[in-house]
Amino acid sequence: MKALHNGQIAWVRRACFVLCLVPLGRLVWLGARGGLGANPIEAITHSTGWWTLAFLMLTLAVTPLRRLTGMNWLLRLRRMLGLFAFFHAALHFATYVWLDQFFDWTAIAKDIVKRPFITVGFAAFVLLVPLAATSSNAMVRRLGAVRWQLLHRLVYPIAILGVTHFWWLVKKDLTEPVLFACVLVLLLGARLVWRARTVRAVARVPAASVR
Amino acid sequence: MLIRRPPDIAPSEITPPDLYRRRRAFLRSAGLIAAAVGTGVVLPASRVRAAAQKLPNTRSGTFSTTEDRTPYEDVTTYNNFYEFGTDKDEPAQNARSLKTRPWTVAIEGEVRKARTIGIEELLRLAPLEERVYRLRCVEGWSMVVPWVGYSLRELIRRVEPTGNAKYVEFVTVADRRQMPGLAYPVLEWPYAEGLRLDEAMHPLSLMCVGLYGEVLPNQNGAPVRVVIPWKYGFKSGKSIVKIRFTQTQPRTAWNRAQPREYGFYSNVNPEVDHPRWSQAKERRIGEFRKRPTLMFNGYAEQVASLYAGMDLKKNF
Repeated sequence: MKALHNGQIAWVRRACFVLCLVPLGRLVWLGARGGLGANPIEAITHSTGWWTLAFLMLTLAVTPLRRLTGMNWLLRLRRMLGLFAFFHAALHFATYVWLDQFFDWTAIAKDIVKRPFITVGFAAFVLLVPLAATSSNAMVRRLGAVRWQLLHRLVYPIAILGVTHFWWLVKKDLTEPVLFACVLVLLLGARLVWRARTVRAVARVPAASVR
Repeated sequence: MLIRRPPDIAPSEITPPDLYRRRRAFLRSAGLIAAAVGTGVVLPASRVRAAAQKLPNTRSGTFSTTEDRTPYEDVTTYNNFYEFGTDKDEPAQNARSLKTRPWTVAIEGEVRKARTIGIEELLRLAPLEERVYRLRCVEGWSMVVPWVGYSLRELIRRVEPTGNAKYVEFVTVADRRQMPGLAYPVLEWPYAEGLRLDEAMHPLSLMCVGLYGEVLPNQNGAPVRVVIPWKYGFKSGKSIVKIRFTQTQPRTAWNRAQPREYGFYSNVNPEVDHPRWSQAKERRIGEFRKRPTLMFNGYAEQVASLYAGMDLKKNF
């Protein structure tokens, strides 16, 4: 595919930004007209949680898609997608703390310690914070590319924790958690396969030619 | 006048409610639901309910709570009825296809008068009462629902359980053509729930045929269900086609699915958490702050004696 020039990329990013606001916009719109059903707090919790996972998957899809299609400009969307994942995670967490538990810190602390699905969900959120905090260009420069990349590999365990959180909380119908898990296995699996190939390719090169 | 009438109907059975029902079935088959609603029920035009048929001669019963009732809209659109889908709004969408006439309930097992009872007879078996009960779901939300029915014991007495009958099993209809959720093995179908006989005989245990003074909407378990208000909602089987009296404890739907999480008793108990979440509080539908969950869902005075001497942590 032909490379996009900067002007086109700017447009794609604007469009992507607007699209990423649609889930929340829908939630606000439904909420304002009482369209969230009998249990709006549950609806908000589920929606923000679902979209956190969806944005995490989209973020993780950038690299494989870029490799498969050669559309390098996709990389320019990744930070935005990652920040939207964090944004929805923060909304999800705020919904839990405020709307669901109403700042009952004792109950919240108990939940985090005693309820495995909350433990892993909370862990995933905590781990997301440093990634969001170091997402600016300035922070990349300050940390240096190598350390920055190492830190941002945290997104893998975060995604695993996030899907586990979903898996462990559903009462019985595992359809959606299983779907997320399949997507995640695919996205992480692709990386492992490529990595293994690279290692093998390097091994095949005569030692003398390895710089 | 065009009335479809089974040939074997006794003249004594042509009571006004029956007449109404058959006429309504005819009209519905002709696709005139709105007209049917209009014939008997005055409703705001904005909210025409397909199943809004008033139940006649309903008197207000004992045991009713005076707490604010959960709005009809919420009671009938936020349901767990996995045979019609696992999302809360799916039963209201998918249960329309359930045909509730003709309908029979088979009474089997350890009873002297095992037989199959038609829904018309069940509706007339005992005077209908309105019972406003709290409903606590195991998921942590609750409602207040004005059910219509009569004590389950009215039925049980009439079929005369033998001395061997220790438990009662309630089996829900399982018809793949009418219930899209059955295509997924989320639970073992048919859905079956059970009670100890003395629990079923408790006057609070309700044989339920309606809510808000009207015929039970399909998504709430039409045409007949049980309501056991001191137990988590899933214990109250919906759309019942079989009631079986047994000597041994029947296997029950959620217990089969996850024995560690759902016991046979499943009494509402704020002190015994679900393994994955707390049961100490609940969100009453329509309220913002959670409220504390009450022992036996607030019916401790009536039912605690059923469990005297039992370890409720072990028998969860």
